[in-house]
Amino acid sequence: MAKTQTSMSQTNQPVISIVPPQGWGKLASQELWEYRELLWFWTLRGIKARYRQMALGPLWVLLNPIIYMLIFSVVFGGLAKLPSEGVPYPVFTYTALLPWHYFFDVVNFSSTSLLREKEVMSKIYFPRLIFPVSTAIDAFIDLMVAFLVLIALMFYYGIAPSWHIWTLPLYVLFAGATALSVGLWCATIMVRFRDLQHAISYGLSAFMYATPVAYSATLIPERWLWLYQLNPMYWVIEGWRWSLLGIGQPPQPYMLVSLLIVVFLLISGLYIFQHQERTIADWI
Amino acid sequence: MSDLMIRVDSLGKCYRIGAQQQRYDTLRERLVNLMVSPFDYLRTTLRAPTEEENLWALKDISFEVKQGEVLGIIGRNGSGKSTLLKIFSRITTPTIGRADLYGQVGSLLEVGTGFHPDLTGRENVYMNGIILGMKKTEIDTKFDEIVEFAGMERFLETPVKRYSSGMQVRLAFAVAAHLEPEILIVDEVLAVGDVAFQQKCLGKLQAVSQEGRTVLFVSHNLGIIMELCSHAILLHEGKMIASGITSEIVKTYVSKYSSQTPELVTTTHHEGAVITQVALLDHQKQSVQVIDYDFPFFIEFEFEISKPIHTLSQWVRLENQFGVSVLFAWLAYQQSYQADNYHAVCEIPAQLLTPGRYYVDIGLTNHRVQFYNQAHKCLSFDVISGDVAFDPNDREWGVIYPKLSWRID
Repeated sequence: MAKTQTSMSQTNQPVISIVPPQGWGKLASQELWEYRELLWFWTLRGIKARYRQMALGPLWVLLNPIIYMLIFSVVFGGLAKLPSEGVPYPVFTYTALLPWHYFFDVVNFSSTSLLREKEVMSKIYFPRLIFPVSTAIDAFIDLMVAFLVLIALMFYYGIAPSWHIWTLPLYVLFAGATALSVGLWCATIMVRFRDLQHAISYGLSAFMYATPVAYSATLIPERWLWLYQLNPMYWVIEGWRWSLLGIGQPPQPYMLVSLLIVVFLLISGLYIFQHQERTIADWI
Repeated sequence: MSDLMIRVDSLGKCYRIGAQQQRYDTLRERLVNLMVSPFDYLRTTLRAPTEEENLWALKDISFEVKQGEVLGIIGRNGSGKSTLLKIFSRITTPTIGRADLYGQVGSLLEVGTGFHPDLTGRENVYMNGIILGMKKTEIDTKFDEIVEFAGMERFLETPVKRYSSGMQVRLAFAVAAHLEPEILIVDEVLAVGDVAFQQKCLGKLQAVSQEGRTVLFVSHNLGIIMELCSHAILLHEGKMIASGITSEIVKTYVSKYSSQTPELVTTTHHEGAVITQVALLDHQKQSVQVIDYDFPFFIEFEFEISKPIHTLSQWVRLENQFGVSVLFAWLAYQQSYQADNYHAVCEIPAQLLTPGRYYVDIGLTNHRVQFYNQAHKCLSFDVISGDVAFDPNDREWGVIYPKLSWRID
């Protein structure tokens, strides 16, 4: 009690000033840091709740990419006999499925996060950025679990990772930033327009075919490559293959273009999200 | 001025409403509208809202709160209390003005926020505490105290979904009660649990204020406000119409809503009979707008007959705050009337209506159910109850709340 008083008498400045929204303000990254404990607990809450009542628990995380791996290996590798740059098709496609699923999950869950949590948002304040960011962490944990299967696969097929493997975390960051930038934009828009939800699920499945997940990027005609390579997820997936399997596209100066696109989308996404955040309770 | 904790300066919150502003909930609707009538669309979207479209939920609110003060916020439903608290807890932003808070804020707008049914009691205590702004280390040290307060030692490892609703609320309140912000915002959270638990909560809140922390407190229960709060402000239709010592403000509140005579608007379908005056009287025949659940009250009205009518019946209808018609009472026996002024009284028994807000319709009808005259929503009143702290927004209480006779063998 006495402690509270001294700390108060020293501050003649208000601790919190509540004023109408003015302009665009500055990014509240510092505030997110202050709330890091909540971010961690919120993420943990999601993970625990998800696995609590499942007989197989974390195995479901593995099931999804494994099923896709089997489908793609049979359809594209077995029936269509598409090239896989000298690597067994299961490893070839599973390496791409991991970052792809990470991207997919983050976009999917972060874009609907505001709508899902409206109950909490109408009752208590904390930086709303916690919702999308926690989905990115949550999905990252799933990614690490699923990565164990990749290690097993590479071991089974006798593939040693290339020395480029040190770049892998950078590619994970790249995927995370891409997914979050899309997620932030979608979450912001979705607060006002609910039907974006459907557009996103179609958009994501279409987008998978614009990304070399199920097939090799070597199939893309040379003259369209400049367009194809604008897709940030192209670089992420090729980067995974390059750093782990030693195939695919190593980083090139042209990658900077899509990197810049992502940086722009991410920063603008943060701004627009934060701008919306202040009036969100009036909309949902 | 080092003991100033809250300063509010001409704070206002405006919502845009009305037919002009169409809410587009889907992108498709908006696109279709943009295609069909592009100019209309732009006009309605871009132009500034007119005065009628602006609803000022709060306007020109200014006050100061000193350290250790417990400020009660009084007002009827829709007077802006909740909006004010939402601004303080930063759930929404004001439209104009400012509020400076000289300390960390903790808000209890509703207990149990963030509870996840699949997580255990222990996990939820941590989750809820952190959402409310505690640090993990802080919860570690208070954990045993919280659990003891809730009386939940045995169920800590049980998922919360297996708890009864009462248990959930007790646990949630226990967490909230152990918050230690410099400014605590409390909204109706006492409306939970049994009477014994409520007493415990009241004691806790009192202790909080004695420790020198500042509390903003909203409740419909005037008794609790008087007991807890040193000062109070009175809100009416978004404006602050009084502030000062709690007992004075409560007096103002009660008298304001009893002396006010509503403007009577009636609709005539057939000439000959008109309602001229309406009134709501309590059991002591005082004109009121707040009714005690434990006493009967009266709906009185006068009507004027301008030509002889053979069959005329009077009726009263009550509608609750959710728009549900709660009761309809005829004077079943119809009689003929000579041209004159008449006085009608309908007694509503005690211990019948669920505490909450009601609207009254009064009508004059003949036996073929032809309306002569009708006064729609000509009176409104609040039923309050002292023994059970109701949550007026909880529909679980049912549309009526009668005291019935029971037998247990």
